[in-house]
Amino acid sequence: MEKNTIPFNGTKEQEEKLKSVIAEHKGQEGAVIPVLHKAQEIYGYLPIEVQEMISEGLDVPLAEIYGIVTFYTQFSINPKGKYQIGICLGTACYVKGSGDILEKVKEILGIDVGECTPDGLFSIDATRCIGACGLAPVMTINDDVYGRLVVDDVADIIKKYQQ
Amino acid sequence: MEMVNIKINGQSLSVPSNYTVLEAARSANIEIPTLCYLKDISKTGSCRMCIVEVVGARNLQAACVYPVSEGMEVLTNTKKVRDARRINLELLLSNHDRKCLTCDRNQKCELQKLADDLGVNTITYEGERNVYDVDEVSPSIVRDNNKCVLCRRCVSACKTIQTVSVIDATERGFKTTIASPFNKSLGEVPCVNCGQCIVACPTGALREKDNTDEVWAALNDPEKYVVVQTAPAVRAGLGEEFGMPIGTAVTGKMAAALRRMGFDGVFDTDTGADLTIMEEGTEFINRLKNGGKLPLITSCSPGWIKFCEHNFPDFLDNLSSCKSPHQMFGAILKTYYADKMGIDPKSMFVVSVMPCVAKKFESSRPEMEVDSLRDVDAVISTRELAKMIKESGILFNKLPDEKFDRPFEEASGAGVIFGATGGVMEAALRTVVEVMEGKSLDRLDFDAVRGTDGIKEATLNVAGTDVKVAVVSGLGNARKLLNDIREGKADYHFVEVMACPGGCVTGGGQPIVDSQTRMDVDVKALRAAALYNEDKNLPIRKSHENPDIKLLYSEFLQEPGSHKAHELLHTHYTKRPKF
Repeated sequence: MEKNTIPFNGTKEQEEKLKSVIAEHKGQEGAVIPVLHKAQEIYGYLPIEVQEMISEGLDVPLAEIYGIVTFYTQFSINPKGKYQIGICLGTACYVKGSGDILEKVKEILGIDVGECTPDGLFSIDATRCIGACGLAPVMTINDDVYGRLVVDDVADIIKKYQQ
Repeated sequence: MEMVNIKINGQSLSVPSNYTVLEAARSANIEIPTLCYLKDISKTGSCRMCIVEVVGARNLQAACVYPVSEGMEVLTNTKKVRDARRINLELLLSNHDRKCLTCDRNQKCELQKLADDLGVNTITYEGERNVYDVDEVSPSIVRDNNKCVLCRRCVSACKTIQTVSVIDATERGFKTTIASPFNKSLGEVPCVNCGQCIVACPTGALREKDNTDEVWAALNDPEKYVVVQTAPAVRAGLGEEFGMPIGTAVTGKMAAALRRMGFDGVFDTDTGADLTIMEEGTEFINRLKNGGKLPLITSCSPGWIKFCEHNFPDFLDNLSSCKSPHQMFGAILKTYYADKMGIDPKSMFVVSVMPCVAKKFESSRPEMEVDSLRDVDAVISTRELAKMIKESGILFNKLPDEKFDRPFEEASGAGVIFGATGGVMEAALRTVVEVMEGKSLDRLDFDAVRGTDGIKEATLNVAGTDVKVAVVSGLGNARKLLNDIREGKADYHFVEVMACPGGCVTGGGQPIVDSQTRMDVDVKALRAAALYNEDKNLPIRKSHENPDIKLLYSEFLQEPGSHKAHELLHTHYTKRPKF
């Protein structure tokens, strides 16, 4: 079972928007991917509830939609947190130990890459090079950048955002 | 058909222009190894086992998808081809759980055979291996992705043929797996348990839930009175597990084997089928005469029933209220038969041998019991029975032919043909027409509903009424027909649906026929012929003339559709979620 990190709380407005997107694309060849893009714009992510609406609306099996969503990295089945943590796994950061930083963040928050904490506060992404190799290894939290990190720095940094 | 001239391994051939290289080679008895290819089901060219050299082409080409063309020259067995195939196979094997000795498919595995045929004697690539939990939640189907080669034959069977679509490829690259949405178990999604994925799988990644332990335990329990019943289609497949040609009927040997295994009563589900015809035929005549809900749709196929509950809940009232034959028969064994034999029904253990894995789910449905006694206690597939016979040390091929036990020794030919698409309809018509017209039929064969076509239709004049019937097998065909009925494009009085293409003879619990053999023979037709042949040679060919059934009604049930019959032999259905 996929960990259900955060309950779905889509609004009526979001549902109406999605329905009109589906109506716009219904019957077209290759409708699934553009609809998924729009759905992710509307909801921020693609939980089972949204995928079921798309399956029903476009008459495409849920298994096929889920297959597409998990194939492409742009699609996310988990919401993003209030604080989006990015750990750079580009070459420079990686050789400077960003893998260990990532493991520490995962351990502290109890979630995996691509997931969101149940309180909706944090999500983790493993990013490619963000162009700050001079500061390697680098972690970003929303627009804040933390460089030249060691594993022991991580807990204090996260604590700042938990308050 | 336009023909083209090609050369394979120097041999000149003239083949139809729509052939692939694989088909052309096969027609000339040249074997090209395959893995992801399965005739009529899956053709993706992804496993690269069937690669061949096409003179003038830049790379090796996949024979299963490469079309022939005039003047083409193909080499199927050069060193370059053999080396490339072996590398591809070794790469597949490097991420495979190679526990062949304890695998369900030991000696029946296409991957294992390929390793043997291609001379793989070592795995050069010992890389990372994916390890997955085995999904054993479903009462019918076990999925073990550690044995999966990602050929997608199961996906194609589930999605394209059955339109059940509960599995697909997920993730990408090395993380790719065949899974249900959100990694749910097969037991948590609208899987209908038809098992067509199992018979499509080249390896041990899909198998039935094994219930043989329960059956052994019952047989070894001196307190238990253990009776067994075998579905019609089982006799048309079981022999294959013992090396007999496809389409060999082994009715007598099967009864002999079961008796030697220690079953206290050995019965034929054909008797249950005759009973079904009495009840369903009566239900049909009543609905036709009294303006009941039509079309009446048959309810023998549990894969179809669950499909209908998930996808066509608006048709639940069209389904016959009849339980399927083995459930009916189980209920009769625990009442009428137990009473007749002076056995406490609580100590009776009913085993059904079925060509089907959906029957495992069906027998576990809460409504399948009478007075807290389960109709059927364990369901095993044809394959599981074969394993038990082998484990019993019985030389099946040398057994004499024996009969089923009294008081259900006789079953009609109508009951036998239940195992093939069109068989239930034909069996019903033999009885319905005679009852409605009040006279004997001159000819019992209803040719219009025979054959392996996925959708068959016929209109028959019965006692002055035009009765329109349809027969479908394969759930994709059922979906199409029901959509047509829903949209008013078609209308019928009576519809037979079997979940598996070809009917029960090619059910998900039947012996697995490998992809190479499936290129040469029509398994559906051969196994069905075994049943029609048995029907032809039986003295009684109509359910209502089965003397055991007549006695059952006169001594116990009174008449079809009676209160007692409803209590024991009928059921109801439940709307289930689409996702």
